[in-house]
Amino acid sequence: MSEIAIRFHLPLSEFSLEVNLAFPVQGVTAIFGSSGSGKTTLLRCIAGLEQPPAGYCRMDGELWQESAQGVFIPTHQRSLGYVFQEASLFAHLTVAENLRFGWRRTPVHERKIEIDQVIGLLGIEPLLRRSPARLSGGERQRVAIARALLTTPRLLLMDEPLSALDSASKAEILPFLERLHDELTIPILYVSHASDEVLRLADHLLLMEAGRVTTHGPMVELATRLDLQLAQSESASALVNAIVEGHDDHYHLTYLRFSGGRLTVSRENLEKGHPVRVALHAKDISLTLDPPERTSILNSFAVTVLAFQSEPPARTLIRLDCHGTILLARITWKSAEALGITVGKKLYAQVKAVALMDSR
Amino acid sequence: MDYTPVWLTLKLASVTTLLLLIIGAPLAWWLARTRCWCRHAISAVVALPLVLPPTVLGFYLLIALGIHGPLGELATYFGGQPLAFTFTGLVIGSVIYSMPFMIQPLQNAFEAIGDRPLEVAATLRASPWDTFFTVVLPLARPGLLAGATLSFAHTVGEFGVILMIGGSIPGETKVLSVAIYDHVEMLEYEQAHILSAGMLLFSFTVLLVMQLLHRRLQRVGL
Repeated sequence: MSEIAIRFHLPLSEFSLEVNLAFPVQGVTAIFGSSGSGKTTLLRCIAGLEQPPAGYCRMDGELWQESAQGVFIPTHQRSLGYVFQEASLFAHLTVAENLRFGWRRTPVHERKIEIDQVIGLLGIEPLLRRSPARLSGGERQRVAIARALLTTPRLLLMDEPLSALDSASKAEILPFLERLHDELTIPILYVSHASDEVLRLADHLLLMEAGRVTTHGPMVELATRLDLQLAQSESASALVNAIVEGHDDHYHLTYLRFSGGRLTVSRENLEKGHPVRVALHAKDISLTLDPPERTSILNSFAVTVLAFQSEPPARTLIRLDCHGTILLARITWKSAEALGITVGKKLYAQVKAVALMDSR
Repeated sequence: MDYTPVWLTLKLASVTTLLLLIIGAPLAWWLARTRCWCRHAISAVVALPLVLPPTVLGFYLLIALGIHGPLGELATYFGGQPLAFTFTGLVIGSVIYSMPFMIQPLQNAFEAIGDRPLEVAATLRASPWDTFFTVVLPLARPGLLAGATLSFAHTVGEFGVILMIGGSIPGETKVLSVAIYDHVEMLEYEQAHILSAGMLLFSFTVLLVMQLLHRRLQRVGL
């Protein structure tokens, strides 16, 4: 597993970036925080696009910056890929020429990713001869991602790659990003302020506030912490690791096993034993005092209240233990009172919808 | 009819434009990127020929290029002859005189590119030099084209500076504008007509081609 160690001190207009940590990078690490919290600046410092006067940056064994010794490797000599927020294709080159730009400059023995592979992965075959001016926003961003991958970077940095896109283009790109995660082993640092993207893509999380990293750790743990932004957001979800237990061909269903029991979802074309991650949206979970009978909802589990937090004016967010798996439920304040929610209370959670994320 | 002045003019304009591209591109790039306060002073110096009477420029050039001038002495030191009243002298004068016509469109084009394409190129492993030639210059093509055309046309139309530093030596410094002046002086209106009309047509054609090229480049998104 790769590890990145960073230490940056950079005064900005309203606060200064103060970051000092080392963390493992594997899969997607999201740098999450509100706009203007210094996420992009942090990413630019790692890339060498900003040169903080005092800084240290090491990616695995490669030293990229050590101000104390006057070491600063310029961006073009760092093995990294960078996808910018807005379309950044070279206007004077075709899509194919854009793709080859970085690939040509990568030493042959370092190339592990080939052009055909990336074209297939990102579905850009029909675009190759076009000029960037004739692509949609989503297409441009896919080409930009492909172009960055073709330098076979040790680390891929993505700065809110979806934020300039409309929701249709976003929906178009997200599956490609998930495939990237599944099919390539390049660690990704993904800057975002959109909790839905982070919940969907990230394995690890770095939370930033006013230039500092406040918390970092595995996504599955941080997603359900009531004191953090993700749980407080509209898209609050619990992430559950499960494996495919079997299929019911008659009813066209798939069973997933997790520590809290068995989840039933619509038939998915996955092999038995395949690991999957599912997201259980806090607003899709309802609570009852009695074991639910005669209901259309297939997924219900015995749970215990671990903590709760009122969300004025009308709602309450509840953290639940389901045999070792943490769930979140968001219900009305009125219902919370009616159920008599207290810490340690035993309840039944009914899951109205299960979103299968991807295989992990 | 003697057409030597026509060829001499085209040669002078071509050499001047080529030299201006070589000198102007790095200088305009530096002016577009640097934050040094001195860029204002350099910009002002480069723009001087726009406002100075050509005779003033020509006068100082004559002194600098002459036998006792710094450039003239430099040339004689290396075994050459003083540069005043030579083709080389004309080239030096023309480069200085047409400099703003190259620098300003180029500088504008470079500034319009902004930082982003440079950063993108760096993340794609292109060194700064590599980026300059493979990203910056192609993206600045309209500016390069405008700068080259304007410098060429401006050199073709140059008169005052040349008269001051070049005189009217046939085959060496007697360019088109000077030849026309001489013809008129000697009341040879027919020859003056032929050369003037030719120049008019030429200038018009250059500007027209330039316009069309520019439109085509804009259509393909450059």
